[in-house]
Amino acid sequence: MAIRINGQEVAAPQDARVSLLDLLREQLHLTGTKVGCNQGACGACTVLVDGARVLSCLTLAAQADGRSVTTIEGLGSAEAPHPLQSAFIAHDGFQCGYCTPGQICAAAAMLREIAAGVPSYVTADLTAPALPTRDEIRERMSGNLCRCGAHNGIVDAILRVAEEQAA
Amino acid sequence: MSRMQNAVIASVKTALGWVPAQWLPGGTPDPLIGRSAAIGRQDNRLDGPAKVGGLARFSAEVPLQRLSYAALVYSSIVRGRITRLDTAAAEATPGVILVMTHRNMPRIGLVPLIGVTDLSAVGNSSLPILQDATIRYNGQVVAAVVAETQEQADHAASLIEIDYAAEPGKTRFEEAKTDARTPASILIEKNHVSVGNAERELAAAAHRVDNVYRTPGQNHNAIELHAVTVAWDGDSLVVHDTIQMVASSAKALAKLFGLKKDKVRVLSPFVGGGFGGKGLWDHQVVAVAAAKLAGRPLRLVLSREGVYRIVGGRSPSEQRVALGADADGRFTAIVHTGYSIMPPHGACPEQYSLCTRALYRSKSFEILQRHLDLDIVPNTYMRAPGEAIGTFAVECAVDELAHEMGIDPIELRRRNEPDRHPIHGSPFSQRALIQAYEQGAARFGWVRRQAEPGTLRDGEWRIGLGCASGSFPYARMPGANVRLTLRSDGSATIASSAQEMGMGTATVQVQHAADRLGLPVEAIGFELGDSALPAGPMAGGSSQTVSLAAAIMAASEKLTAELLRLAGNDSPLAGLRAGDVRLLDGGIGAIEDPSRHESYRSILARAARDEIVVDAAGSAPLEMLKFAMHSSSAIFCEVRVSDVTGEIRVERMLGSFDCGTILNPKTAASQFRGGMIMGLGLALTEETLFDERSGRIMNATLADYHIPVHLDVPEIEVMWTGIADPRSPLGARGIGEIGITGVGAAIANAVFNATGKRVRELPITLDKLL
Ligand code: FES
Ligand code: FES
Repeated sequence: MAIRINGQEVAAPQDARVSLLDLLREQLHLTGTKVGCNQGACGACTVLVDGARVLSCLTLAAQADGRSVTTIEGLGSAEAPHPLQSAFIAHDGFQCGYCTPGQICAAAAMLREIAAGVPSYVTADLTAPALPTRDEIRERMSGNLCRCGAHNGIVDAILRVAEEQAA
Repeated sequence: MSRMQNAVIASVKTALGWVPAQWLPGGTPDPLIGRSAAIGRQDNRLDGPAKVGGLARFSAEVPLQRLSYAALVYSSIVRGRITRLDTAAAEATPGVILVMTHRNMPRIGLVPLIGVTDLSAVGNSSLPILQDATIRYNGQVVAAVVAETQEQADHAASLIEIDYAAEPGKTRFEEAKTDARTPASILIEKNHVSVGNAERELAAAAHRVDNVYRTPGQNHNAIELHAVTVAWDGDSLVVHDTIQMVASSAKALAKLFGLKKDKVRVLSPFVGGGFGGKGLWDHQVVAVAAAKLAGRPLRLVLSREGVYRIVGGRSPSEQRVALGADADGRFTAIVHTGYSIMPPHGACPEQYSLCTRALYRSKSFEILQRHLDLDIVPNTYMRAPGEAIGTFAVECAVDELAHEMGIDPIELRRRNEPDRHPIHGSPFSQRALIQAYEQGAARFGWVRRQAEPGTLRDGEWRIGLGCASGSFPYARMPGANVRLTLRSDGSATIASSAQEMGMGTATVQVQHAADRLGLPVEAIGFELGDSALPAGPMAGGSSQTVSLAAAIMAASEKLTAELLRLAGNDSPLAGLRAGDVRLLDGGIGAIEDPSRHESYRSILARAARDEIVVDAAGSAPLEMLKFAMHSSSAIFCEVRVSDVTGEIRVERMLGSFDCGTILNPKTAASQFRGGMIMGLGLALTEETLFDERSGRIMNATLADYHIPVHLDVPEIEVMWTGIADPRSPLGARGIGEIGITGVGAAIANAVFNATGKRVRELPITLDKLL
């Protein structure tokens, strides 16, 4: 078995202690995935596993065996950026840029969660379809910390993409 | 030495008192003020694509051949000695290359502490690093393990056994007060200010408030962990770091390891958040030494806990603020005294009394800070050091006095607005705080506020509005250097060792240089974050932008002289002097006669030059001594507080700033908001929990230290007067730190307006309201 990372097959590491995060950063040099705590508290290490957001610091690389992992490098490229990447630039959704890949990966999966009707703590009506409102986005993105305080720009960027997707 | 600094500053100030203003740098306002094209535009960040693509390479991400990994072990006692240190099990672990303790660490000197006089001194702690068996604070580094992989290093570090002989240490704030120290100066200000007899005025005042405010320790918590990747090559050293002071840390490391200056190169193109915390601490020194001993390139990434253990944060404080006013509300007495921690092995006073000296006029003042000496990791500067918590105390007191007098708190501030510096008597270079209040109040809808607390409600929620002033001094660093290269194709590059940690350093300076040189932004490049480049200023004190701007100004003047020399007699410029021309439209033109113009391309082509390179340094920042230069702000906020749970939500915030010229509204707005959000954390959630029995921080994780998350952060509106400061480069003042100031008080004042409860101890958690 192997892990599919951004479309490429990669062998699972020998050392069973290696996290998915360290596999990406230290062995594959996919350093777009960041590390802020190694404890599941900051969201900087968020990647997509089979399309769902996971914290790669809390995931052993071995757990991704047979799955498909998408990192920020696989989400878009300089030539063909993901709409979220462009929107983050336009809305100044970052300053130092360190939490940014995690925010963008989380946002991509989060919009799919809303589209799939998954409710959140702030969803008022559980019988109606959830909508990507500012409050829903703020609640659902709260696992991704930003110390520079780019929160307004991040939410604006995500809202813009949600609107474009709805249109 | 600080006594001497006081004397020097005082005598320079006296001498300058006689110099006409226009003789000073900045005396003739920067000609770019009011003549800008690229400046003031909402340009996107130049490094945006790299950052959103995950391609910006931070210090822990540099790939190197034969890289090894390090992990640290920290002491678990406050004071004492190591009596047994067993590293055998760690050394026997597969993959381990080296265990370094005080036994085999190379002998090195002490790191020189950050100081005003020596710019290469950038240490935050002057304690010895792995030099002996003595423990001096809980969390001190006692061992480093180097292994082939991080997993192996982490595991081996857990196998090191240490016994200690503990001795009593000083860890209690209250007890340390008995031998508090009174420093002569706080940074470049005299510490003790006594104007008139404030205590007597206070006792006689028609209205007065007199209270004690407490603020807890706080930590920077940049999301990027402190990390270095180090490589030796013979006697030269390359350090990939994440640091706010590239040039001076290279100098300090060279001194420490006995290397020639040009043998040490520090690279730090991106800093993943700094806020004062990304300085020179023990881990860089340990990593450099371990890489040397191991004979391998090495990477050391601190764990989040490690950052708390060995990188200091903001000191806790206890501040007494007393205000006395006459029947009309004019201040007759301002008293601001207090305690914060500053151990002798640290360098950073928490300057909470500085705002008090600049904000209001008063008949009398009594200001004094006292320092407590504890056995802990030294505190350091954290975003708006002093001002962030000083404005909390003072601006709550003003609100309390306004309430007690039954007048609007903005009106009380208006009545006490100074027309010159209240202590030094020097003129303000520019100040429009009252205008900021008026515009902010109108925009925010301040009229909605009810003077009587607890009047506004919405179901279980009580609603309150509050405001407060923010303040931050202008600073420009001496010794900021740039290299300006102008090429024959009409492009230019500016290089300086300066730092980018989210301020948009390159973006804004490219906009500046475009206007300064008369070139389009696309034609200009900016190189930074490398000590091999001309030594730039550090990123601190909200000073980097103007410091770089002054250096670029100086470089453009040199460039003008050089171009005129090269242009010679065959140019339409022939006979013109530097004072007759300006740089515009891709070349030089006569100010009086626009038809006399020659392009850079043409001048360089005729002179057969590929490029012109000039090095320049910014002028001495004398404007700081002659004028009182401060940014200020009016912060407004609306909170709701639940009757049932005491939960506090910030519904709206608005910051109205008076900070000189705004160079890029997009990045500036982000910096203002970022500061205000850190202020929201300071007000409501942030607290470094220190166990005074064990001398150990208890919440050394991002799960237990609560910084604001998306759901805590409302939409924040920012606005500015935009009035240029006639005494500064570009008319700009710093904007990186002012945002956090005043926010703690604005929120506390809003909570009082909602509930009638006055909380004078941060953070305002719900238990304090029930
Ligand atoms: S690094 Fe994974 S959540 Fe912080
Ligand atoms: S942009 Fe710096 S932490 Fe979010």
